[in-house]
Amino acid sequence: MPKRGDIRKVLIIGSGPIQIGQAAEFDFSGSQACQALREEGIEVVLVNSNPATIQTDPDMADVIYIEPLKAGIIAEIIRKERPDGILSGMGGQTGLNLTTELAEMGALEGVEILGTPLDAIYQGEDREQFRDLMNAIGEPVPRSTILWSTKQIDEAIRKVGLPAIIRPAYTLGGSGGGVAHTPDEVRRIIEIGLARSRVHQVLVEESVAGWKEIEFEVMRDSNDTCIIICGMENVDPMGVHTGESVVVAPILTLRGDEYRMLRDAAIRIIRALDVQGGCNVQFAYRDGDYRVIEVNPRVSRSSALASKATGYPIARVAAKIAIGLRLDEIINPVTGTTPASFEPAVDYVVVKVPRWPFDKFKAADRTLTTAMKSTGEVMAIGRTVEEAFKKALRSLDADMKRHRNPNEIKMILTAPTDERFGCLFDAFRAGFTVDEVADLTSIAPFFLEKIKNIVDIEEKLQANLEPEDIRVARRYGFLCEEVQALTKKTAGEIEALSGTPTYKMVDTCAAEFPATTPYFYSTWEEECELTRDGARKVLILGSGPIRIGQGIEFDYCTVHAVMALREEGIEAHIINNNPETVSTDAGTSDRLFFEPMHLEDITNILKKDDYYGVMVQFGGQNSVNLAMPLEAEIRRLGLSTEILGTPPDAMDAAEDRGRFSQLLSRLNIPSPANSSAYSEDEARERAREIGYPVLVRPSYVLGGRAMEILHDETELEAYIKEAVRVSRAHPVLIDSFLRGAVEVDVDAVCDGTDVLIGGIMEHIEWAGVHSGDSACVIPPQSLSPSVIARVREYTKEIALGLGVIGLINIQYAVRDDVVYVLEANPRASRTVPFISKATGIALAKAAAKVMVGRRLADLGIVEPELGHVAVKEVLLPFNKLPGVDTVLGPEMKSTGEVMGIDYDFGRAYYKACTAADNLLPTEGNIFISVADEQKEDLLPIAQKLRELGLTLYGTSGTVEFLIQNGIETNLVRKVQEGSPNVVDLMRTGKIRLIINTPADKASRQDHMRIMRVAVDYGIPYITTLQAARAAAMAIDAIRREEITIKPLGHYHGRA
Amino acid sequence: MKAVLGLEDGTFVIGQGFGVEGICSGELVFSTQMTGYMEALTDPGYTGQILMFTFPLIGNYGTDLQNFESSGVHAQGLVAREIARRPAARPSVAEYFSENGLLGISGIDTRSLAIKIRSAGTLRAALITGNDDGGEAVRRARAAPQMSDLDLIGRVSCREPYRISGPGRRIAVIDLGVRRQILAGLERRGADIHIFPHTATPDEIMAAGPGALLISNGPGDPGAAITAIRCIQDLAGEVPIIGIGMGAQVTALALGGEVYKMMVGHRGSNQPVRHRDGSISITTQNHGFAVDEETLPEGCIISHRNVNDATVEGFDAPDLGIVAIQFHPEAPFFDRISRGIP
Repeated sequence: MPKRGDIRKVLIIGSGPIQIGQAAEFDFSGSQACQALREEGIEVVLVNSNPATIQTDPDMADVIYIEPLKAGIIAEIIRKERPDGILSGMGGQTGLNLTTELAEMGALEGVEILGTPLDAIYQGEDREQFRDLMNAIGEPVPRSTILWSTKQIDEAIRKVGLPAIIRPAYTLGGSGGGVAHTPDEVRRIIEIGLARSRVHQVLVEESVAGWKEIEFEVMRDSNDTCIIICGMENVDPMGVHTGESVVVAPILTLRGDEYRMLRDAAIRIIRALDVQGGCNVQFAYRDGDYRVIEVNPRVSRSSALASKATGYPIARVAAKIAIGLRLDEIINPVTGTTPASFEPAVDYVVVKVPRWPFDKFKAADRTLTTAMKSTGEVMAIGRTVEEAFKKALRSLDADMKRHRNPNEIKMILTAPTDERFGCLFDAFRAGFTVDEVADLTSIAPFFLEKIKNIVDIEEKLQANLEPEDIRVARRYGFLCEEVQALTKKTAGEIEALSGTPTYKMVDTCAAEFPATTPYFYSTWEEECELTRDGARKVLILGSGPIRIGQGIEFDYCTVHAVMALREEGIEAHIINNNPETVSTDAGTSDRLFFEPMHLEDITNILKKDDYYGVMVQFGGQNSVNLAMPLEAEIRRLGLSTEILGTPPDAMDAAEDRGRFSQLLSRLNIPSPANSSAYSEDEARERAREIGYPVLVRPSYVLGGRAMEILHDETELEAYIKEAVRVSRAHPVLIDSFLRGAVEVDVDAVCDGTDVLIGGIMEHIEWAGVHSGDSACVIPPQSLSPSVIARVREYTKEIALGLGVIGLINIQYAVRDDVVYVLEANPRASRTVPFISKATGIALAKAAAKVMVGRRLADLGIVEPELGHVAVKEVLLPFNKLPGVDTVLGPEMKSTGEVMGIDYDFGRAYYKACTAADNLLPTEGNIFISVADEQKEDLLPIAQKLRELGLTLYGTSGTVEFLIQNGIETNLVRKVQEGSPNVVDLMRTGKIRLIINTPADKASRQDHMRIMRVAVDYGIPYITTLQAARAAAMAIDAIRREEITIKPLGHYHGRA
Repeated sequence: MKAVLGLEDGTFVIGQGFGVEGICSGELVFSTQMTGYMEALTDPGYTGQILMFTFPLIGNYGTDLQNFESSGVHAQGLVAREIARRPAARPSVAEYFSENGLLGISGIDTRSLAIKIRSAGTLRAALITGNDDGGEAVRRARAAPQMSDLDLIGRVSCREPYRISGPGRRIAVIDLGVRRQILAGLERRGADIHIFPHTATPDEIMAAGPGALLISNGPGDPGAAITAIRCIQDLAGEVPIIGIGMGAQVTALALGGEVYKMMVGHRGSNQPVRHRDGSISITTQNHGFAVDEETLPEGCIISHRNVNDATVEGFDAPDLGIVAIQFHPEAPFFDRISRGIP
């Protein structure tokens, strides 16, 4: 059937902020869907709360709402916009859940659910319905049975078999459950489980741990044509979430008959679900037997991976299917000639490796389970598994700890953690055999052989070296640098032997048809498919995997740089390795290199073509760190390529504390007393000179890694050992910590003559909370005009003084009317997309244009007077990472951000909190507990909350103080004072908001326990007094006036 | 072991040899399938051809004898980017090749060769193992006979008739190089299968009293299936006829139609085929010739087309009770013919 004529306007729901388990993949799929629908003449209404997305760009949809993703708000948007359909499957689980909520509340009358039908959403989500459907179509699911008494144990074992997984019903976080291997274990765990379960019920399920985990991405259209886009195989066997597994594509270890069996099952399942669009099906497989584990009737992280792995644009095609087009009516944009109704064939191997945040959360439990903990992932392409493994590990850009102790290696291999994959290499280096490692890990020997082969090559390079060995090592993905280290040969000698890599195209069809999409990867082969064409071109460094401190914001900037270059008539090429993103959509740039971003990987590309320039400003700190070495390498090779924009030396001048301090004193701009130290003794001395508290950190930081506020010498001594170990090459930086200062962030673009201030953001939290974790507001709410004028002036002086061409972000602290400069980063910052969405200025684009020689004066951008307020709030990952300290500090912890926009601060902040799932109550009980030194500051806030009719609760100290000051407060026991206490109140849902600021070390334990319960039970919480003050203002505003629900363009005067 | 693959256009590539030392020659064709390499290598349809896989890793799960499409490897030689040295199951492809006197080459840029074939059309090639004399390989490639000059069907067809008994419909099969999956598909549905060599006469076939006649897939030029063509001509209208793979081309020739050699051919497991009712299936194919639609006589209806290039992938002649498909049949097709349709 051709396109449906009755669908003219479609609503797409985005997935909201980046969080663990829901990352940039939904910006990628949503953006593709927007483009795909608009090409068909459909008007697209988009709702998302995440300002750092490309899909919320003015050019992406016809009407854009940046609003909290709450059913009530979306229902209001539906009432205003009257779409004909809602595309349910583009916003991840968030999108599906909202669709069902909207349907259940009756908000979808006259709005057709397109793509994933309502039944399929329920069948995918509800275990019982899923099981029933699978049974109905004869697809096997893990056997299971429910027990109410120990008498049923024998029967259960007979039915389910051993080992079995035991899950008590209704206990939080699966406590009381476990895996049982013997009947005795079953009995023991069930007894405990029955006792713990509130309803005395235990689920016993067949264990498929250790089976192969196989995934299929399936597509289906209204004509019932079903195709497999990509089969994927997890290197980590069942038991580890597929998002936490190392994954290869295509499936490498299944025979043709085994593959066909699972393929056919996947197609039966998508037919039974009646999905029109994309669907992900996961199987456990062992020796001819399989179980259906999970079905996601929507685009997903896996479908993003499958799209990048094959070149097939799943989301784009799914969107077209949703409006009635058939697969054979849609052209495969990669070949440009063949229809989308085929199964992609690849002629390479793809490897995905997750990126975990454990380098930042040292206290977190690193065990990999069926829940996700990783923040992002990398993908690598090679012609051998070895090459793809090597490239993927390089792309991770993470320090890999070498393990040498065999007992330690054995321990790491036994239980899956983030360290296990890297440790497989160590195991072979330590002499373990493939069989031993296979026994410990249940990983298929096929993959272990490949890893062993890499280790064997390392050993060959170290021992009696033949020239052929170098060639072989390079072919298997070894860097010149690695070969150098192992052989002690010079780079020149190695290059003479091995030559340079070739570039091959990702074409969806394994070369069967000519392809036009310029999507490339490097490998070591005979024929290179790149040709020099004389076009003026620029290579933009992307930002790699999403990690805390380097998120989707940089992908947004990368994509904007591409758009700007294209507008300037320059070819824009991207190098990146994150499969989730818009920047790695082959349609985004003029050429995409899916590559690691090691210096060598970048220069190899520069050698193959005549590049006019490289842009390092948009990919975040990692790509900025490459500026200096890249410039040196370009000179060594005699290339004419330039590092565009701010010269690397100026970047260094901003990073180097000494040089930067000199600049500030020359410009007469104040900064907190600061110093750097190279040794422990020196650090102690400097800190004493500056005076405690001090803020310390290693130089060249990313997201405030290893940054801490230290109150005395003991804390300093403990810290310095860790920090120096973290970064030996760079000194430790020590700053005076300005307690109680207001922090201000500025993003600006400088062309060497003029400076465009994109926006001045006032932080809600005080200096000391990492700027990436602080909520902030634009325009500033509490700064005097003279302070703002000075911030503007300093920004201009610093940008010009450093010699910035392009973007600069400067952080200030304001205290007692003095504006101090904290740091300057001559690169794109995390707040660039927020500013652009808040003000309507395309800041990153302006920067890219300036970097290729345009003048700000000619671009015609004016700083708008804002009649509205935009608040950025962050999303913290504590609900996904048990054991992590929930206190905010100078180490960044948040994974994503949301924006609230309205006509006053209160409502904008209210929206931002709502969007970050921290719903502020307008009535009910609030629990307050603050440290003694903050009690004075608490008074006006508590007063306000009382006036607003909220009931206050607190523990003895706080209550006594508030009552003394005439504020009615109810007393509740501390946790250690027995029941009923504050935690009991929280568990029974009596507390609607917690205001709990980190206190002295003594009450820290209490604080942590309360916060943990808040996180587990999803109770809104606030950990700083500044946020509490803002919350009081928000509650006040919301009680007086409704939030505004208007498209973004409305605020920018475009609608 | 050294090895070299030479092409008739003068290019040659050097890689590592496996299997035994020797020389083979034939058309170099590529398949884009990513698994099921042994099914392809043992498909008699690849007789006389050197088979190259575009997927770089071949042999990952060893040699799965249970999935063979015939008694052994029919491709002249195997070309791959990498052959798994230590696969999950034994024997490995290299071991199997050594034990069975077969030749292969690995460690070469197969993608560049696929692109060459895609743009130049199928090329004759020669594979030499134990030697890396590129000039010799090119000479051998140029000296290799053209496909149409070879009696490939005679090499793969059974010598004597045989029977796989079953309680169901009696089906006569003319074996032009039949794949085991076709026979297994019929057997599973209880068919009483009488298999005849390609030289079988119409009388011999009718003597078995078949309810349908199946012309199997096979290698090379369909025009070489002279006796089978005669059988169809004689028996059309008398007994329902089913042509599969090359059998479809043979059927077209018997009806007075013509076939042509395709530039590259269709080889792989991802070929989309559109049925005339609009439904699309993804099929496994291996054919280098195609039926020329214009030449089919009146009464023939095109039932299937390739979605990519619109070539004929199946036709019916309802008045004569003939169905022909160019791709490997799947379960529904077997259900249909075992139930007596056509």
